[in-house]
Formats: sequence, structure tokens, C-alpha cells
Amino acid sequence: MSVEQHIKLPEGSIEKSTTTLNLGPTHPATHGVFQNILELDGERIVSAEQTVGYIHRAFEKLAERRPLYQITTLTDRLNYCSSPINNMGWHLTCEKLLGVKTPKRVDYLRIIIMELARISDHLICNSVVGVDSGAFTGFLYVMQYRELIYEIYEEVCGSRLTTNMGRIGGFERNFTNAAFEKIEKFLAEYPGVLKEFENLFNRNRIFMERTIGAGPIAADRALNYGFTGPNLRAAGVDYDVRVHQPYSSYEDFEFDIPVGSTGDCYDRFLVRNGEMWQSLRIIEQAYRKVQEFKGAEAEVFHADTPHFYLPPKEDVYTKMEALIYHFKIIMGETEIPAGEVYQAVEGGNGELGFYLISDGGRTPYRLHFRRPCFIYYQAYSEMTKGAMLSDAVIVMSSLNLIAGEMDA
Amino acid sequence: MARPVRFNIHPIKADINQNISLANAPEGYGGDGFFTTQLSSVVGLARKNSIWPMPFATSCCGIEFMAVMASHYDLARFGAERLAFSPRQCDLLMVMGTIAKKMGPIVKQVYLQMAEPRWVMAVGACASSGGIFDTYSVLQGIDQVVPVDVYVPGCPPRPEAILDGFMRIQDLVGNESVRRRNGDEYKALLHEYGIQ
Amino acid sequence: MGLTNETIKERLIAKFGEQLSHFEEPYGLLTFEAPKELNLKVMQFLFDDAELQFRFLTDLTAVHYPDQKDRELAVVYHLHNLVDNVRLRFKVFTAIEKPDIFTATQLYSAANWMERETYDFFGINFVGHPNLKRILNVDEMEYFPMRKEFPLEDQTRIDKDDAMFGRGPLPEGSERPAKDPSEARAGGADRSSDRGFVETPMKEGAPTFPAHGTPGEPGAKQDWPTDTTKV
Repeated sequence: MSVEQHIKLPEGSIEKSTTTLNLGPTHPATHGVFQNILELDGERIVSAEQTVGYIHRAFEKLAERRPLYQITTLTDRLNYCSSPINNMGWHLTCEKLLGVKTPKRVDYLRIIIMELARISDHLICNSVVGVDSGAFTGFLYVMQYRELIYEIYEEVCGSRLTTNMGRIGGFERNFTNAAFEKIEKFLAEYPGVLKEFENLFNRNRIFMERTIGAGPIAADRALNYGFTGPNLRAAGVDYDVRVHQPYSSYEDFEFDIPVGSTGDCYDRFLVRNGEMWQSLRIIEQAYRKVQEFKGAEAEVFHADTPHFYLPPKEDVYTKMEALIYHFKIIMGETEIPAGEVYQAVEGGNGELGFYLISDGGRTPYRLHFRRPCFIYYQAYSEMTKGAMLSDAVIVMSSLNLIAGEMDA
Repeated sequence: MARPVRFNIHPIKADINQNISLANAPEGYGGDGFFTTQLSSVVGLARKNSIWPMPFATSCCGIEFMAVMASHYDLARFGAERLAFSPRQCDLLMVMGTIAKKMGPIVKQVYLQMAEPRWVMAVGACASSGGIFDTYSVLQGIDQVVPVDVYVPGCPPRPEAILDGFMRIQDLVGNESVRRRNGDEYKALLHEYGIQ
Repeated sequence: MGLTNETIKERLIAKFGEQLSHFEEPYGLLTFEAPKELNLKVMQFLFDDAELQFRFLTDLTAVHYPDQKDRELAVVYHLHNLVDNVRLRFKVFTAIEKPDIFTATQLYSAANWMERETYDFFGINFVGHPNLKRILNVDEMEYFPMRKEFPLEDQTRIDKDDAMFGRGPLPEGSERPAKDPSEARAGGADRSSDRGFVETPMKEGAPTFPAHGTPGEPGAKQDWPTDTTKV
């Protein structure tokens, strides 16, 4: 560089300068919009500065103007790869505040849907890690099975991606025969596909060389940074909200928690694959348990809480109490207790927490989302110190950063 | 046990012969060894079947776009095989997802980096009009910053809707006059957005 | 046996005495309030103590109570003891004129961005924070949007008709019950505010930050690139 600038340097002097590279908000590597300003010394990263907020949609302020049911549509758009988990987490928060107890069948159905959502989220993350390291095939194979998961959502709630699924106390309608057939089809066909996906990547020399040692984080640093979810489990800490604070009857199920050791990209990939196998196990158990309900119990799909669950339309048009309840719920006349509640669920990325302060009004006084992506993205600069530029890309995609959840 | 399904329980078996569409030759006058037609028709035909999109996926609509790119709803059969992530090499800017005010200048910059002829498709309610986010931080539609050709409503739009929007863009591309980009009306449109 | 809320409460009172107040257990989660000068001491005590071991910061956020004089802004910390699986919440209150709170970044690296987000939304100045800038909103924003006095919608937008949303001027001849915008809902279950007719206050002096201007007015966009030759 001194030659171009016509500067004569004395004998034996070394000059070095870093290049600034803007891995900007729009980039094929950043899935979602967040920016990294990297200082590079040749190919090595000296420092990384993250900028987020490119999709800040003011969810928390919006939530102060929406009654409880309308906030479900907001929660869809947090981690949009697994929106049923967000929906059900929000409904669990409301149920905790309102003191609503859901029947077992509702809990088991919720678990089936939440685990399907978890599989859907991990599939996107892992196949995109494959795409970023150059292997497009895995992505195409598994997207077919994400389409099957979308069909199951459609049978239950009508929409594919932003599901707005369920109500406070359960579901809006019972699962159809077609939904159960599709779940059976999924349970029959998907394990083969997951095995094929693992065969493509797990012992693939190129993939292993790309991902082993890329972006490691030690367990104590991860805890200090507030990591949760598969990223923390890859670092060696087996903290899972489903086991530690079981919600929606998770305590009735038997499943393992896969744990890694170094917290690098390969560990995260394997932990997510392992979690998909465990989710399959949970779905099988839940499906069998749901099939065991007979008679009137098999028709139950919501809690008996007329103050917060909309009555069926046939009753609204014919019965007086149903009409009154319908009116009160829609117009917001029902008594919502004042109080503050914190409910956490295990989202695809970790502990998704809802901190709700209610003052008795129709809309919350304050609603805060504890978003795992936002919290663990801080550690990115520490994880990529000294790594190469291509590792920066792989680390970003293996952390499963969803911009909607990060900025909220 | 479960509620029986009442609709679409006997789906029609699709017939491949009814589902093949060929690109027809444009109207013109032809004979032995020659064919005359309008230049814009031929150019339009070539362009519309090989549009290179640039996906500007910001949020949930981006995931539906990934489903469109995947094998089930295949965008590649429309000629959009190569997704160019560099605006300098692409024709169609597909803005999918919410654009916040912080992101607005970046959309504008990417649009400016595209070479003529360029088209813009706003996919989703947020890109079209701000969507459900009528807040202080969200741009109420990308047509506040760039001129838009096709809007695809939905939250998120189904992949079939995105493909339909893409086919409308193909209509626009196929029927565009060769003089449009140099004309006064287009210049006035760009001037409204502050683009020279 | 495990760590119970009573044990934690006893240990805290033994260490800090009367300075901690408002001990309650909404939905089973021990919650208390500390004076703002002591927030780091309390967290350090909870971190270091061999029995308590609250070594995980789950969440850090703030709440605005415009009606409580000298205690308008509350910073809420959620801590978690992963070994005994116990959660804890504590709050510190500060006046809105001088919202200075000591930063927790020395103790928990996770607090870095969480405090930036809290500063961005509420304007709380975390003393000692390495990089206290706005994180989610635009850098040029001059106000703190989550405070109760600011409206949700962007006041400069021209394509949405406020009258259709139950706010703004109505066409002549129609009447709507006037609502006093200073009736904040803190503390009381004032249901009149949530009929959907929420007046967005401060229409005239509303802060306008990167206003995108109106189409048809070239140059109304500020700072955005307009010259194709220069990009």
C-alpha cells in the first residue's frame, strides 16, 4: 500500500492495515436482515461489529394496543419458522394469568404441533447450513417434508406459515381425520428422509472440515451471554425449558436432550439433528396417547372456560348465554385479573419468554418478549475472533438467527 | 374421534397433457424462411422467460419464497433458475417482508444499483402497504421509496400467489414497449421518487 | 430439599435488611424491589453466594409508570438459578428526570444488548455501559418510543386515514366521546381507554424522524442516495 501512496518507508518496516468489509443487511449469507461490519486482516477476522434493527416492527408497543387474542398474530411473526410454538407460548402465558387449566388431550395435541414446529425450524437451519457450505441438495430434499408439515398446519388452522393457531384454552376446532392421517404419513416417511439427510452431511469430509472448530464457545461464556436452546446445548449445558419447567404436560413424555461438547458449528448441527430425532419420538408418544382417548373424551379440544374461549357459532345464534359470552369476549368486557406473569417455552432457538403485566384492562399494560436470538447474537464477535471469512458465514447460519425474533 | 372432512375428498387426478404450456411465437407474418414481427414482441418473449430475480427477503414472506424456490412450487420452471444476489446482475427485485425505516435507504440503494430494464415486485402485505405493522418504525409500503410494478397481497401470500405475481411480471415484461424506458412518463415516475 | 422462596427471602433480608421491600410471589415467582443504588450489590450477592447461585440473567427490561412520581421507570431483572431451578425477579425504580442505573455488563455479558434495548425504548442511562447507543431504532431518533406518552403510529404517514381507525379528525357532523389523553392506565383498571378509540396525542408537535416525505416532491427524502451514477 505504501507504493500506491508514494510513501517511502524505511528499511525493514512492516505495514499492516485491516480491511473493513460490510456483510450488509442484504447478503445471501445473512438469512434475514442484520449487518456485520468485519475488520479483516487478509482472510482473518480481527473484530466484528453487529448492527440489528433493520426489521424492528415495534411488537412491544403494538401489543399495548391489542387485546389478548390479537397479540397471537404478533407472536406468529417472532420466530416465523416455527410460529405455532410462539402462539402456544403466548396462550400458555394468558392461561397462567387467567388461571385456565387445559385438559390432557389439548396438551397432547399442542405437543404434537409444537414438536412439528421444532422439526420445521431445525430443518430450515440445518439445510441452510448445508446451502451455505455449498450443498444445495439437502435443502431440496427436506423442503418436501416441510411442505407436509405445512399441510398438517393447514388441516388444523388453515394457514401455512403464520399460523395464529389455537385459542386460550385449546384449539379452535378439533383435528380432522385428514390431519391425523397426515401426521401418520409424516411419522412413517420422515425418519427415512432424516436418515438420508444425515448420511449426506454427518460424516461428509468436506462438511466436517468446514464446520469443526468454526465459531466455538465455552459453556461458561455461553451461560454468561444468556445462551439457551440448541446453541447452549451444543456447548455442553443441558438446560431445556421442557424438562426444567414443564408446560403443557411435557412431564408425561420420555425424551433425551442431546448435548455437544465444544459448541462449534458441527456440534450445533448434530445437536439439532439429535433434537429432531427426539421430537419424532415425542410426536409418536403423543399420537399414541391421543388415540387412547375414547368416547366423549376424544371430542375434547378446548378447556371449559366460556369467559375466554369463543363459543361455537351455532350456539351464538341460538342460545342466550353463548351470545352474551361472545359479545363480552369480542368487546373486551371480560374480567382480566391484574398481575404480572412470566412464562417461558422452549422455542426453536431457546427459551422464549413472555413477561406480561396486566392492569385489568383489555390490552396488556406491558408485554415484553424475551427473545433468544437477540440475546445470543451478542456473542458473535467473540465466537468469530480469529476465524476466517468463510467461517463467519457458517457461524451466522448455524446460530439460526431469525431476524423477526431478533428485532421484534 | 375426529371431525370428518367434508370438502375435496375426491381430488381430481391431474393430467399431464393439460398442464404443459408452451411459449407461443409472437404474432407476425411469416413465410418460407422468414418471419416478421415487432421487435418488442421478440425481445419481450426472450426476456420474460429468463427473468433473473433478486430476492430481497427480510421476514416471513422470505420463508414462503424459500418454499417457492424449492421443488414443490419450483420457480425455476418459469425461467427464474438463477437467483442473483447481486443487484447488478438481476432484472427483478422481489421485496419480500417488512421494510423498516432503517432498511428503506438500503432498498433504494439496491434499486439504484440495478440496471435497466428493471422491475420490482412487492410480495406480502408489509411490502405493499406496511401490513399489520402500522407503527413508527415500519415503512408503510415500499412504494414510498421505489416504484413498484406488481403487488402480491397476503400475509404471507401462498406460494401459488407469489407464482401468480411472477406471471403478471412476465406479462408486463413481455408486453413492454422498447421505448418505454427512455420516455417522458417513465422519467417523470423516477423523478417523483427522486431518482435521476 | 432445594431452594425455596422463603430461604431466598431470608438470606436477602439478612444481608440487606430493610432496604429491600415489596416481597411478593405472583404466580409462584419471588419478586421484590431494591433501591437503585443497590442493584449491582444485590445481583453480585445472588451470583456469588454458594447457596443462592443465581448465575443466569434471563431477562432485563423496563416498564414506564407515568403516574408514580419519582418512580416512573422500573427496570426489571429476571434471574435464574439453573442448578436448583429457581427463578427470581427484582425491580429497581428510578425517577424519569435522571434515570441513571448501574450497568450489569461486568457481571453478565448478556446484559450488554438488553440494556441497549432498554435505553433505546425508555431512555434509561446505564452508567458504565461500554457502548450505550440505540440498537433497534434508527440512530437519529430523538425520543424514546416505548414511553407511554408517545403514539404507536408514525404521525407523518399520509396513506392511512386516521378517521377510519377511530382517531384523528372525523368528518363534519359526527361526534365521538372525547377522551383525555393524560388518563394513563397505570394502576387502575380504567376501561374507557380500551374501546378502540384511542386518541394518539401530540399530533402537532409529534416527533418526525426520517420522514420519507410525500411522493411528487423530489428531494423530500433526506440523505438517501438519489444519483444513479454515484452508487
